[in-house]
Amino acid sequence: MRLESGIPSGPLKDKWDKHRFEMKLINPANKRKYSIIVVGTGLAGGAAAASFAELGYNVKAFTYNDSPRRAHSISAQGGINSAKNYQNDGDSIWRLFYDTIKGGDFRSREANVYRLAQVSTNIIDQCVAQGVPFARDYGGLLANRSFGGAQVARTFYARGQTGQQLLLGAYSALSRMIGAGKVEMHNRKEMMDIVLIDGVARGIVTRDLTNGKIESFEADAICLATGGYGNVFFLSTNAQACNVTAAFRAYKKGALFANPCYTQIHPTCIPVSGDHQSKLTLMSESLRNDGRIWVPMKKGDNRPPNQIPENERDYFLERKYPSFGNLSPRDISSRSAQEVCDEGRGVSVTGYGVYLDFEDAIGRLGKETIEERYGNLFEMYERITGDDPYSTPMQIYPASHYTMGGLWVDYNLMSTIPGLHVLGEANFSDHGANRLGASALMQGLADGYFVIPYTIANYLAQGKLDKAGTDHPEFKKAEQEVKEKINKFLSINGKRTPTSFHRELGQLVWDNVGMGRNEAGLRKMLEKIPAIREEFWDNLKVTGRSEDMNMVIEKAGRVADFLEFAEIMAWDALEREESCGAHFREEHQTEDGEALRDDEKFSHVAAWEYKGVGNKPLRHREELEFENVKLAVRSYK
Amino acid sequence: MKLTLHIWRQKDANDKGILETHIADDVSEDMSFLEMLDVLNEDLILQDKEPVTFDHDCREGICGTCSLTINGRPHGHEKATTTCQLHMRKFTDGEEIFIEPFRAKAFPVIKDLVVDRSPFERIMQAGGFISIHTGAAQDANALPISKINAELAMDAAACIGCGACVAACPNGAAMLFVSAKVSQFALLPQGQPERQKRALAMVNKMDAEGFGACTNHYECEASCPKEVSVRFIAKLNREFLGASLFEH
Repeated sequence: MRLESGIPSGPLKDKWDKHRFEMKLINPANKRKYSIIVVGTGLAGGAAAASFAELGYNVKAFTYNDSPRRAHSISAQGGINSAKNYQNDGDSIWRLFYDTIKGGDFRSREANVYRLAQVSTNIIDQCVAQGVPFARDYGGLLANRSFGGAQVARTFYARGQTGQQLLLGAYSALSRMIGAGKVEMHNRKEMMDIVLIDGVARGIVTRDLTNGKIESFEADAICLATGGYGNVFFLSTNAQACNVTAAFRAYKKGALFANPCYTQIHPTCIPVSGDHQSKLTLMSESLRNDGRIWVPMKKGDNRPPNQIPENERDYFLERKYPSFGNLSPRDISSRSAQEVCDEGRGVSVTGYGVYLDFEDAIGRLGKETIEERYGNLFEMYERITGDDPYSTPMQIYPASHYTMGGLWVDYNLMSTIPGLHVLGEANFSDHGANRLGASALMQGLADGYFVIPYTIANYLAQGKLDKAGTDHPEFKKAEQEVKEKINKFLSINGKRTPTSFHRELGQLVWDNVGMGRNEAGLRKMLEKIPAIREEFWDNLKVTGRSEDMNMVIEKAGRVADFLEFAEIMAWDALEREESCGAHFREEHQTEDGEALRDDEKFSHVAAWEYKGVGNKPLRHREELEFENVKLAVRSYK
Repeated sequence: MKLTLHIWRQKDANDKGILETHIADDVSEDMSFLEMLDVLNEDLILQDKEPVTFDHDCREGICGTCSLTINGRPHGHEKATTTCQLHMRKFTDGEEIFIEPFRAKAFPVIKDLVVDRSPFERIMQAGGFISIHTGAAQDANALPISKINAELAMDAAACIGCGACVAACPNGAAMLFVSAKVSQFALLPQGQPERQKRALAMVNKMDAEGFGACTNHYECEASCPKEVSVRFIAKLNREFLGASLFEH
């Protein structure tokens, strides 16, 4: 299979304009003759569904939540980047493009990232017009902050709730179109499979989570905006229901999965407190502006932090990276924390935690200033841990947070299955091997508001498909398979819950495809997964009935897919024999322990093709061509 | 610690429902309230009993999915806290806890502790938006907005749509929810063209969905995990009155 990215020719700056002109259009009066299915209604899906409906298409949108407003986009705290240059500090589309390419460790497409930077300015305009209450200065104009180590202030924010406000903006646009009868909204319906007819994506099969009803829906094109797969680690900052199922169903039907080993581990999360733990909570990265990260010098030093004298503390980030110190990038900070914990110098009940200490900052700036800056975060920390960060250091540890990998898409956001488009975190397209802070919201909205509404017309205009009808044998077959799978879950009647399998798998993935990866670990993981999967299908316990609201069935379905998906993560990590961005292969590092890229062999996207359960998938390559930037080594020393 | 839990079980909307008692041994104070229920549910599954069904998702207090009435209070007794952020150290060993769904006429029970909050969706669809289509926006800084109004709008926009205000209200009113959205847009210049139409449409829809009227108990504000202020209800009343008087 040849992967055609479809990147337009011509100078980088003109590609998107030229492409927009060259793409086919659909006459306004004809748009109502086309229908589009959107699965997932977070930032990308919600924005796309609303925009399609405004253009005149008939839209059917689906979410497993009880409302589109619950999507996990809502949890994003920090902000959204945009190359507005309102601060006059030297930002530009080119700079945002370059920072994103470099931040992704030169493993993303130039053309996609440039387009992202271009439309970033439209996003802010759109959101403000929707009534999103961004932070403002006294003059009434929009405020910005610098975020995630950027040297310009290009991040727009709404207190610590930027994701919430942007999602509510998209949700209000979507609500308007639902009210107008242009979007048929299906809440509490989970996509169980995708249906292809003659190799083209034509519909989906869903399960109604309130009554178990299995239904089929047909359309002329499908968009998946179903988020990332961070919950493969069991513990992550993702919401409980986040899963890989929709993307994985598409993969099993022939869509390629790109770069699954690129997963971002966020350095500042609250550590695990016990076996009951269901998720990990992110503490905003902004805390690292004033907090100092340290562990005791000595192994197994159990003294309370305030009794450990200054000269027996190791401020390891300041020591190793004197110029960036506590503000070193996410991947570097996370890996360093793991290193000191692996040495036995970690804190917290499990030994996997490091201190984030505000004592110096409080001494320097006063408690009041710290309270002003971080009051709500300190409160949240105290609520969860019972400790007061004003008097004792916080404990933090890295956790799975975002996944850069996803379904492979071309420049038009279409997967290798004709008609199947993939948006937002669910695709692989813009962040390369590492995502910068405040760029996830930007990409989700760019895809949903300003890319897919144009590119989908180009697909639809290629010719109207004949109506197949949901009685078509392919729909019936898919429905039957879904029903059989659910009945299988209910009939095993074993001794382990879906959650116990998820936890076992998650630990294995965390240990081997977490912050550091090596060949021995990855091979061991590939040996172990089939055994867990076998036990799952042999010893699973699912209670209740299928014709009912049944959260055990929901969980079992998601875990079943994670159990297969984890293998392609391991294969991808194994075969990418270099370190880049968030992917750190221990065999490939410099003498100082820094990531060592291999541009000659690995300056490409790896996209995996399904070859049957348990079989090694087939690795395809899309070469990355850098015509405008020079590949450089990231250095934060 | 050891707790006695009285949990509402109800098969579906037509079932009468009953409180079922469970003993939770070995509850760690570091658990969140929902993690305590997770542990109970894992045990129930292994005993071949149906686990307790409840809504939840982000578990960081922002998505608004979790609900529960705990000892008679929506989201429990802790101020400004959603159920998912309520931790067991706020309870004492040996305590009895009553766990029920959000109770309101407009929110029928779907199963156990899960209720149907779709009336909120329909209120939003009736007018909870600014009619701007994608691509039509002017430059974001072309429209200065005073910091005070922007901050006030953000206070209102902080609503997570959980429905605790309705469950806490003796009348089952949705005034705090509706007032938050109406106020957010009424405070911003972008919201002006549809200001009157929006207030009327959302209030009329609210009434049609079977929510009660506001008689100033302020239970909504007390239970709101985001501390949305009842001052917005006063604002909604003004907006609604003004719109009714000048309705064309």
